[in-house]
Amino acid sequence: MGTVPSALKHCLSYQHLLKEQLWIAEPPAAAHPAQEPQASGLPEYIKIVEVGPRDGLQNEKVIVPTDIKIELINQLSKTGLPAIEVTSFVSSKWVPQMADHKEVMRGIERHPGVQYPVLTPNLQGFHSAIAAGATEVSVFGAASESFSKMNINCSIEESIERFEEVTKSARNMNIPVRGYVSCALGCPYEGNVVPDKVAEVSKRLYSMGCYEISLGDTIGVGTPGSMKKMLEAVMKEIPLSALAVHCHDTYGQALANILTAMQMGVAVVDSSVAGLGGCPYAKGATGNVATEDVLYMLNGLGINTGVNLCAVMEAGNFICRALNKKTNSKVAQASFSTGNIN
Amino acid sequence: ATGAYPKRVKVVEVGPRDGLQNEKNVVPTPVKINLINMLSETGLQVIEATSFVSPKWVPQMADHTEVMQGINKLPGISYPVLTPNLRGFQAAVAAGAKEVSVFGAASELFTQKNINCSIEESLERFDEVMKAARETNIPVRGYVSCVLGCPYEGKISAAKVAEVSKKMYSMGCYEISLGDTIGVGTPGSMWEMLAAVMKEVPVGALAVHCHDTYGQALANILVALQMGVSVVDASVAGLGGCPYAQGASGNVATEDLVYMLNGLGIHTGVDLQKLMDTGTFICNALNRKTNSKVSQACCRL
Repeated sequence: MGTVPSALKHCLSYQHLLKEQLWIAEPPAAAHPAQEPQASGLPEYIKIVEVGPRDGLQNEKVIVPTDIKIELINQLSKTGLPAIEVTSFVSSKWVPQMADHKEVMRGIERHPGVQYPVLTPNLQGFHSAIAAGATEVSVFGAASESFSKMNINCSIEESIERFEEVTKSARNMNIPVRGYVSCALGCPYEGNVVPDKVAEVSKRLYSMGCYEISLGDTIGVGTPGSMKKMLEAVMKEIPLSALAVHCHDTYGQALANILTAMQMGVAVVDSSVAGLGGCPYAKGATGNVATEDVLYMLNGLGINTGVNLCAVMEAGNFICRALNKKTNSKVAQASFSTGNIN
Repeated sequence: ATGAYPKRVKVVEVGPRDGLQNEKNVVPTPVKINLINMLSETGLQVIEATSFVSPKWVPQMADHTEVMQGINKLPGISYPVLTPNLRGFQAAVAAGAKEVSVFGAASELFTQKNINCSIEESLERFDEVMKAARETNIPVRGYVSCVLGCPYEGKISAAKVAEVSKKMYSMGCYEISLGDTIGVGTPGSMWEMLAAVMKEVPVGALAVHCHDTYGQALANILVALQMGVSVVDASVAGLGGCPYAQGASGNVATEDLVYMLNGLGIHTGVDLQKLMDTGTFICNALNRKTNSKVSQACCRL
């Protein structure tokens, strides 16, 4: 930039710009008539899967009281988000942050048209989730043997067997199951992960009945280069419409990776309000990509999401105050002078 | 389709100038010199050293002559400096500068507020610099600010950016760096703007200068690369906040850029570890945390 004289102080404040919504654009009403060739390769609609209340809060230092969790989810339900991952039916011995899973499940408002999936690592968790009112569940596989062993104490093959029990029961009860594949672009223990391995695990999950496979860059080490290679391998085995990406922003690569995935036709993106959820493998580093920042990019691209960015920012502001932490969303930081809504 | 990427990208390091100019704390001259010397060891080929602007306007760059004369100038590395007018140009050359930069904008209001004249008048001032530079064989890089949005005017038309870029290129700037000054651009607006500019200026003479204020920088840079741009500006440790949004970030971090380019198999010649070490040095000196996510992540492992 050039010189910045004191005349700057008299320029329009960002509060003013925000009120005029110059940059925080409304979601487009219709597809742009002059679709740029680059943009015409992009999906017209992206489904955003909000993982803040589960993946986000599970990886925050502070344990959040049940009523705050419920309020967060209720606020998110009003933003237009089509899917909000609510909680995890895992033993509270392993994940104390999600110990209140039943109360949360029963306490939230269920908005029509919004899905509220929950994690269920095994049959026991599945039954518990259904009893508490869940109508969609998720299972978590990994493309790395070491990660599988360290994370859930069994091999990939054994974990697949456990998930098969879940998908069998789920099929009998007409409950959709989403499959996650962790370490899709790298593993904190093994380092490099081979794209074919990701494709193999994804195929197993898809074949057993998962309606969607979310490919997770668990430690955020991926770049557009590795994202492309991995997706090329997976797309040989799984239809594009059944794929999602779950990018972490630990190395600042998330939006570039998401853009790459969208350019290849992926139309489902996971993200976390306010970028909740640090990285458990790199102390102090960030984790999930912020929903606000993803929405800003999608709005700018003229891609429909049905989600109101301002409403998400308000929910982000609420949970950051409750957690007494600064937002990880750059859009939120830029939009409010001190990172808090006035 | 993702398209082909350039095989090599030239990274233009703007930390010592654009970065430090927009930091709250003023950095002592020896620290600036050490920063530039460390950057010179990383493999970077271009390091913007300082700005020959009146210290009345930019006190952070008041020591421009000492910095220019104090740094180690390694062979093969260029150390461009900002020169807003003929007087600044002459002072820069006297201090040993071998390359200079001039700053235009695609917004009338921004130009008025920033340098107190119209775009047309600013180009006339630059013309004087261009003439003098031609006579002394000094290459001139042109910057165009506000290419994807202006803090005063709001939306900026791609045609206007193309017009200003064309003028500066025709005047003799060897390269035009297109700046998303307030970081509001997204891959969509980046694509549209570049498509317009590339009709007037060859892509080999274009660079992008993206700010990460809304977290969009790397995605915007990715699109620029896909369109054939192969020169990217960045600031070590993401130095330099945004003067138009208090507390928000500004420049994209060189470490995060190089990480992405490495992952894409694009050659930069830059040693990421040495770059991170340099970032650590300047952040300690400024008593601030790095804005680079790569640095944040790596330091803890």
